[in-house]
Amino acid sequence: MNEILTKKILAQGVKEFVIKAPRIARARKAGQFVIVRANETGERIPLTIADADPEAGTITLIFQEVGKTTMLLGTFEEGDSILDVVGPLGKPTHVEKFGTVVCMGGGIGVAPLHPIAKAMKAGGNRVIAIIGARSKDLLIMEDRLKAASHELYVSTDDGTYGVHGFVTDVLQSLIDKGEEINLVVAIGPVPMMAASCKLTKKYNLPTVVSLNPIMVDGTGMCGACRVTVGGKTRFVCVSGPEFDGHQVDFTELVKRQRAYLPQERQSREMFQQQCESHGKQKRTG
Amino acid sequence: MAREKIPRQAMPEQDPEERRHNFNEVPYGYTPELAQIEASRCIFCKKPKCIEGCPVEIDIPAFIRLIKDGDFVGAARKIKEANALPAICGRVCPQEEQCEVVCVLGIKYEPVAIGRLERFAADYERENNLITIPEIEPPTGKKVAVVGAGPAGLTVAGELAKLGHEVTIFEALHQPGGVLMYGIPEFRLPKAIVEAEVDYVKKLGVEIIYDAVIGRYMTIDEMLKNYDSIFIGTGAGLPYFMNIPGENLNGVYSANEYLTRSNLMRAYRFPEYDTPIAVSKKVAVLGGGNVAMDAARTALRLGAEEVTVVYRRSRKEMPARIEEIHHAEEEGVILKLLTNPTEIYGDDQGWVRGMRCIRMELGEPDASGRRRPVPIEGSEFDIECDTVVVSIGNGANPLLPQATPGLETNKWGNIIADSKTGATSIPGVYAGGDIVIGAATVILAMGAGKVAAAAMHRYMMGIPEPVTEEESQQTEPEAKSSREK
Repeated sequence: MNEILTKKILAQGVKEFVIKAPRIARARKAGQFVIVRANETGERIPLTIADADPEAGTITLIFQEVGKTTMLLGTFEEGDSILDVVGPLGKPTHVEKFGTVVCMGGGIGVAPLHPIAKAMKAGGNRVIAIIGARSKDLLIMEDRLKAASHELYVSTDDGTYGVHGFVTDVLQSLIDKGEEINLVVAIGPVPMMAASCKLTKKYNLPTVVSLNPIMVDGTGMCGACRVTVGGKTRFVCVSGPEFDGHQVDFTELVKRQRAYLPQERQSREMFQQQCESHGKQKRTG
Repeated sequence: MAREKIPRQAMPEQDPEERRHNFNEVPYGYTPELAQIEASRCIFCKKPKCIEGCPVEIDIPAFIRLIKDGDFVGAARKIKEANALPAICGRVCPQEEQCEVVCVLGIKYEPVAIGRLERFAADYERENNLITIPEIEPPTGKKVAVVGAGPAGLTVAGELAKLGHEVTIFEALHQPGGVLMYGIPEFRLPKAIVEAEVDYVKKLGVEIIYDAVIGRYMTIDEMLKNYDSIFIGTGAGLPYFMNIPGENLNGVYSANEYLTRSNLMRAYRFPEYDTPIAVSKKVAVLGGGNVAMDAARTALRLGAEEVTVVYRRSRKEMPARIEEIHHAEEEGVILKLLTNPTEIYGDDQGWVRGMRCIRMELGEPDASGRRRPVPIEGSEFDIECDTVVVSIGNGANPLLPQATPGLETNKWGNIIADSKTGATSIPGVYAGGDIVIGAATVILAMGAGKVAAAAMHRYMMGIPEPVTEEESQQTEPEAKSSREK
């Protein structure tokens, strides 16, 4: 169960697993996620399903090594198994024929954007993808987003590749050109989603965001993932992960994502020390 | 000494000062000597009321007599004829409202400590590795799916496996037990005991599939193609909040989250285990039930200096068991009664700093029969705290009903099921426990599981349903004896 069939490094600190999970591969739809627990002492973290192949019985998970759990996962090799993979969770993306859909992804957010762009294209929409990263070597999935869209724009914050600027700058230029846009999907770090929504609000463009708060069970049982949407508390795991971006309280979301920073730092440092001493043992032994 | 004069035997337990700093179980349980003294208090009524008081109808006088005679293993097996989870029920059942409240001895003296004796017998059998598997009926060729490995689901699974059906449990979490594992803390119900009793159910032939969220991973419709009947026991998994300002500040938890982090995810052993939990100085727990007591006592053990339970009615109306309130107070938990929070406030980083409360007084009785708490105008005051645990109950989790067209629910989202059979609006699909009756107790869920298991057996085997309530009661014992053949 949950065996890693292939492992790839997409960018520095960004890894991709293709995992054997036949039932999830069959049941999942665009926009849904899984919760994984790496090992017996592990925590439960949500990861978006970046792609799936129901015939091969596989799902694709892409993650950035930011904390202990993702770093630990990063040490897993082909043939290893992830102890628990629960899903598909969350509501699927609402797909219909909207017209022109702009799919914007920032950083690791390009991974969850990918299946949505694919589904929007398959649903008869004209898909314009805008993907961005801080720098060229951090950009992921360019070819896959190209295949999932009709037009692709790339931006980097430092100008090392594509447009020099943010994904919102690209969207602004599309709007300025008079592009008629019926829906925007924006996924990435909270500041990127907040900036995207601020821009689209100005032009009254309906905007969907996919949120990534802290979760535990992922089934609505604990409420760790609550966010304020339109002044109401919602559980992202069962009512989301996608919401009307213009209604989301991003300021609160950022604060809630930082709830365990000291503990996360402690775990990460302990893990790094373990890896180092393990590495030394290997060298001397 | 006349046996009526022998006092009810207390269970030895950890000293409060010591135990508030550890997660080890609080009571040590009876020794064989204490158990036999306590068992000798039973007067073995001709028409025992205790059995009626038990939701799963354990033959209580019979097992107590076996303890009295020194046949402790026999006592455990006698209990297990009616209840597959005795070490759990002996610990968490509210006996004072069930079997013990009707004990005849209780009229003049104190009732027999039935729960403590149940616990003793089960522990004795387990600790001495004397657990055996009862005879299982020959395979019927029928397949049963159970959704949720909590008290209701485990009971259904165990009962139907004994009858020869092939049973598979689908559990959403990575461990079995439901609330027994994620909700009730280690110091009240050691997880090794839950594992041992689940293991017993597995040995009856039940398979458990983990990480399987039914409604997402597989639907009830799909399952109906592969199973002859289905039981839904998904529990009350949707925490209520107060709907007051500040509830999304960091440091505000639902009791479910707080306890799940500590119990299921072992956050109390952070950083050995990766799941973190708030490091608190002052904790306020909102609510007056058993779960609130569990959360408050967990907070103490996680190192909080001060833990206050805030409840809007008086002590008399607290839904928690007296024993739990007593244990909490012994450990230093402060009760702030007739107090209701109106707002939680925080700092600019989004962390809880305190809670605005208002004092309450009791007015006329409300729909629940309890006197309605009414705010006293102008009595607002602040409680300083850095963590708030909201423990005011749970609603029905909508995930499965929403994914199951044709499954009828009431206006609170609970699945509608016949109280005598557990049958839902979909033929072959049964339900029981908290998802039907709302947040209640482990033993009531198990009782519902027993009822549903009997009905599912009849449904799959083509045995006609009893027609009226009287008939149902008359035919119940027959159904049981035919099972034991």
